[in-house]
Amino acid sequence: MRCARDITSASAAPVNPLTFKRDRPQMATDGSLPRARSIAEIGARLMLKGPVMKRVATAFAIAMVLAFGTQAAFSQTLKAVTDRGQLICGANGTLAGFGRPDPQGNWTGFDVDFCRAIAAAIFNDPTKVKYVPLTAADRFTALQSGEIDVLSRNTTWTLSRDTSLGVDFASVNYYDGQGFMVHKALKVNSALELDNASVCVQQGTTTELNLADYFRANHMTLKSVTFATADEAVKAYDTGRCDSYTTDSSGLYGERLRLTDPNANIVLPEIISKEPLSPAVRQGDDAWEDIVRWTHYAMVNAEELGVNQSNVDDMLKSDAPDIRRLLGVDGQFGQAMGLTNDWAYRIIKAVGNYGESFERNVGQGSPLKIARGLNALWTKGGLQYGIPVR
Amino acid sequence: MTEIAQRSARNARWIRDAALQIGLVVVVGGLAYGAAINAAQNLTQAHIASGFGFWNNTAGFDISQTLMPYSSSTSTFGDAFWVGLLNTLLVAGISVVFATVLGFVIGIARLSRNWLVARLAGCYVESIRNIPLLLQILFWYNAVLKSLPELRGSVALPGGGMLNNRGLFLPRPEFAASFRYVVIALLVGIAAAIIFRVRARRRQDRSGKQTPILWPALGLIFGLPFIFTLLTDFPIRFSYPQVGRFNVMGGVEILPEFAALLFALTIYTAAFIAEVVRAGVLAVPHGQTEAAQALGLPAGRTLRLVVVPQAMRVIVPPLTSQYLNLIKNSSLAVAIGYPDLFQVFTGSVLNITGQAVEVVAITMAVYLTISLAISLLMNLYGYRVNVVER
Repeated sequence: MRCARDITSASAAPVNPLTFKRDRPQMATDGSLPRARSIAEIGARLMLKGPVMKRVATAFAIAMVLAFGTQAAFSQTLKAVTDRGQLICGANGTLAGFGRPDPQGNWTGFDVDFCRAIAAAIFNDPTKVKYVPLTAADRFTALQSGEIDVLSRNTTWTLSRDTSLGVDFASVNYYDGQGFMVHKALKVNSALELDNASVCVQQGTTTELNLADYFRANHMTLKSVTFATADEAVKAYDTGRCDSYTTDSSGLYGERLRLTDPNANIVLPEIISKEPLSPAVRQGDDAWEDIVRWTHYAMVNAEELGVNQSNVDDMLKSDAPDIRRLLGVDGQFGQAMGLTNDWAYRIIKAVGNYGESFERNVGQGSPLKIARGLNALWTKGGLQYGIPVR
Repeated sequence: MTEIAQRSARNARWIRDAALQIGLVVVVGGLAYGAAINAAQNLTQAHIASGFGFWNNTAGFDISQTLMPYSSSTSTFGDAFWVGLLNTLLVAGISVVFATVLGFVIGIARLSRNWLVARLAGCYVESIRNIPLLLQILFWYNAVLKSLPELRGSVALPGGGMLNNRGLFLPRPEFAASFRYVVIALLVGIAAAIIFRVRARRRQDRSGKQTPILWPALGLIFGLPFIFTLLTDFPIRFSYPQVGRFNVMGGVEILPEFAALLFALTIYTAAFIAEVVRAGVLAVPHGQTEAAQALGLPAGRTLRLVVVPQAMRVIVPPLTSQYLNLIKNSSLAVAIGYPDLFQVFTGSVLNITGQAVEVVAITMAVYLTISLAISLLMNLYGYRVNVVER
């Protein structure tokens, strides 16, 4: 039986010229997508409107389902990933500490670890990931078109990106800010002395916009030289074409290592913007967004609770209720997301907790030596706060 | 066949042909319309912003070379589009002129009886043609940059200019109000020179008497404005470039990116134009050259008055293709940071607004329009130089 809404929208739908069928009504009047209908909701509709036999059958089916446990929210992306057997992850490809292949060809980095964590949660194997290197210009089109499942590429979360690109940002996994690097020989100690300087910048980034804003706000003249990739921008800075190079502060430390003489360049103290870096997913698949978001919070909660890669097996025997819920010993939280209940255990076993991943890739265990700063736990004065797993 | 039978057969054929044509137009139009509707629906479903409203939003980013007034705080994305388009037209226009001149010289040089000149021209063509243009652009950019001195060691040019790795800086002329008389004098001088040439030609056609054209024409074109400059008391002042802390202030700036792109495009396209010219010259029957020699014309005049005018019929169509290639190749500017249409619009604007479909469609339409315009003009010119054979 077709309800009134179905009839009006079906007759208004145009014929798809490729399949010669009417497109089924996909849009509600306010422009939002229909929610993934749970079995309970479909059953309720049938119970209220269907013919008698259907109603009886539905009641029986609902009873059976309710009797045998909860059901997971359905995620199209998760289904595609599990069918494929591999997660496709959009990565940077050239940024040290965040996402690039090492000399042996294995991908390493903070954002790469995040993708490995998601793969561990789904497949119990952090190596089942394919990395697609993307420039700033094509990262969003790759995500929009479905070429990648998740974009883990030091991408800043802003309002315009959240609303007009058809992507959602899961959770901030790195609080960053934009800074400047200059040649030491220029004897510049502050970004406010850069009036009339040439600045190399990568196009299509928030960096480009913040740079123009900062110079305008401080009544300085800007001569910006924009390039399509960070590689070209850094090279132009290195050869002396520009006086300064600007990008996120974490990137500055990474790029400085690649210059011909790293010690001939200094990073200026000013941080001129907020750059909350977050992995991004397509809009419309809330269950997949949940998986990506809770991967991050699992790692933060693990660090808060003192669970790390080496002691996670022992922690399975712990009595603390928070740890038992996190590692899946109590509760059915994994199933609610479409994963197994030991999803967080898999993540920590494969990749470690947030602090371990940070230190290994961008902190004291790496050539970048970036301090935790804003990325410390909230209990230690930083901004990383684990939403409770319960 | 009888008259009536013939006519009705023709009508039937005509109706059938027309029906097929109309049917094809309807099918193709329907497909295009269906594709557009489908794209619009999918964009809305995926919550990606669509429409052309972004044209009037503030751009927020800076552009290194602007031929019209542009400010990152007040100019819109539409203004950025026009800036990029002007940059593309500038580099493509100048490059077309130089490439044609160089191409003609090299092409004719390859046919020279002087063994060394011919072989050198041949080497030039064979080597330049076979190296990808992107490599050549990068070569010129890095070779141009690396060989130029730093800001401190700028080469001072006679006349007040300055050359360093930030660009070529020339004195900027400032025009007083009375300069418009000089401009009017220039236009009058050009018109007078053209009229003079036309009348001298007519006189030669009628009576065979030649009058010298070159020096009187140059005198009119340059002499008249010069006289007016003296009369209006030198209404041009120059502001000279000065070395500042980071950059050169004042003066007209010619970016090294512009120079590198110009050199690379000119030299690359000239190699192809040389071959087109050589083909055209070889296509003229040798009898023409023999007849000209029998009349006593020296080699230079033979070439200029007999061979090349006839060769133009064969040269113009492939030459049009080379011009179109040059204009499209100018989009490689994105590799070295020259702010042409592709880099500014399809790079920065696309990435900031996220509206890939609209931006790419506009860019394609612009390149198509420019190419069609060039093609039309060249076809008109080709029609004029067409040799009508008896």
